Amino acid sequence: MTKKIKNLNLNFGPQHPAAHGVLRLILELDGEVVEKADPHIGLLHRGTEKLIENKTYMQAVPYFDRLDYVAPMNQEHAFALAVEKILKIDVPIRAQYIRVIFCEIGRILSHILNVTTQALDVGALTPSLWGFEERETLMTFYERASGSRLHANYFRAGGVHQDLPKGLEEDITKFCETFPKIINDLESLLTDNRIFKQRNVDIGVVTKEDALDYSFSGVMIRGSGVPWDLRKSQPYDCYGSLDFKIPVGKNGDCYDRYLCRIEEMKESVSIIKQCLAKMEKGPIKSLDGKISPPPKAEIKQSMEALIHHFKLFTEGYRVAKDEIYTAVEAPKGEFGVYLISDGSSKPYKCKIRAPGFSHLQSMDYLIRGHMLADVPAVLGSLDIVFGEVDR
Amino acid sequence: MKSLEDLEKKINSELTTKINNTEIKHNQIYIETDKEDIIDVVIFLKTNEDTKFRQLIDITVVDYPEQNQRFELVYLFLSHEFNQRLIVKYSIAENEVIPSLTSIFPSANWMEREVFDMYGVSFKDHPDLRRILTDYGFEGHPLRKDFPLTGHSEVRYSEDQKKVISEPVKLEQNYRNFDYESPWEGTKYIKEEIKNNDKKN
Repeated sequence: MTKKIKNLNLNFGPQHPAAHGVLRLILELDGEVVEKADPHIGLLHRGTEKLIENKTYMQAVPYFDRLDYVAPMNQEHAFALAVEKILKIDVPIRAQYIRVIFCEIGRILSHILNVTTQALDVGALTPSLWGFEERETLMTFYERASGSRLHANYFRAGGVHQDLPKGLEEDITKFCETFPKIINDLESLLTDNRIFKQRNVDIGVVTKEDALDYSFSGVMIRGSGVPWDLRKSQPYDCYGSLDFKIPVGKNGDCYDRYLCRIEEMKESVSIIKQCLAKMEKGPIKSLDGKISPPPKAEIKQSMEALIHHFKLFTEGYRVAKDEIYTAVEAPKGEFGVYLISDGSSKPYKCKIRAPGFSHLQSMDYLIRGHMLADVPAVLGSLDIVFGEVDR
Repeated sequence: MKSLEDLEKKINSELTTKINNTEIKHNQIYIETDKEDIIDVVIFLKTNEDTKFRQLIDITVVDYPEQNQRFELVYLFLSHEFNQRLIVKYSIAENEVIPSLTSIFPSANWMEREVFDMYGVSFKDHPDLRRILTDYGFEGHPLRKDFPLTGHSEVRYSEDQKKVISEPVKLEQNYRNFDYESPWEGTKYIKEEIKNNDKKN
């Protein structure tokens, strides 16, 4: 007697804890082997690009926090840089250092979350407990600088919103002293762990060629052995004057990507230390009164400052007709903003290029032929955050 | 190519009539072409030894409703080898069907689906042209300039029918878009003075 065997369709998500958010992944299974994966995204689509078209340039910044909400300031950075390039304004050196410090803090935030949740997906609970304690400390730094733990709204075209409060620099320095030990602790739990290696080595292998064809960036492309980092190759702000290394993987599997992230965190700590050492007192935003709002004290005294304040917070500053694409190396990869201005105080178009979008797209290519249990491991190593994928 | 100027010359000499215009600004090169030539241009850019634009960064559309050729397609490319960025553009009318890049760059798949979803531009030979970001059964193309910010319909769970239903948007207060743009630019002689200063600069 012959039996007809049909492939099984399985809904992975949108409420699955290993789906890292609201991913609906439709898997076609032959036994336990995945034959096809079809990710359905858009469950977190909020129309960010449409909203930005209807807001002034200053009002657009908070929307960037809500994209990749694990590393909010890195996104703001891309938008601030785009506007600055069109307006042709210079950023004071202290503001550049502050921005780089918080971008690197964002990178550590994102990598801790990713490394530890990936470990959680493959069965290790402890790393996430240790890692989240450090994230909490880092988010307090965010809060002290900007007033909120997650949605910072801190970067502006021409600098940052306000100067660092007293004592924050010292506390970040202290953190930089203690944090490397935490990374070592995490590594001692994972790097040579037999189970972690069995679940990650040779899983989700990406070749160099495919990494290029599938528009990978960030850790995804470096894990496959392409030494490409925008902080080095197209330096923005003060990255050109800092000394840091770019970790590159060899095999392009989940384990190499994990190793890259661990090394990147160590580099980030070194970057933060360098910035803190080099930083001097000075202005933290552009001195152009037509772009940066005046200090509160001045508004009480000067008529001009009062008018500037009023105009900036109603009409906003106007940006000349131009178009530009700027990209930054966000923790997940190349985060870009394609901005078209039309001379008014609102962007005509603002296309957001999210790295996670192209990474998730390759899910079918990555997972085909793997076992069902490898799906969370691969998904974890892609470092998907739905805020930016769905926009 | 080492410099953007060399690259501009190379592209112009190799592709000649397929290129309508080239421009260098913001350290990037902008190329204008036609719908018919886009495939040839992209294959050249990807495979030529002197260009090597091996990565497609993004595809997007800009909507100009007042123009005859309403949509402007924008393709962003990156060359890791030469560390250069390139932007290819062409315009199409509303109902034109355009060639898909999926056979050249597999990553174009979702990008084109997004363009289709957001602007309603259709691609020929696309393997799987479905909506991607909007809801199942969504109507309209949200990023078109004539699509209202508040949308047309909203969904909610209906206690009577025991399912999620869609109905026209009802807002307690309509979306208010105040016009803050200052109509006052100063008197005539000041305007002229500003204009003259701009010319001198």
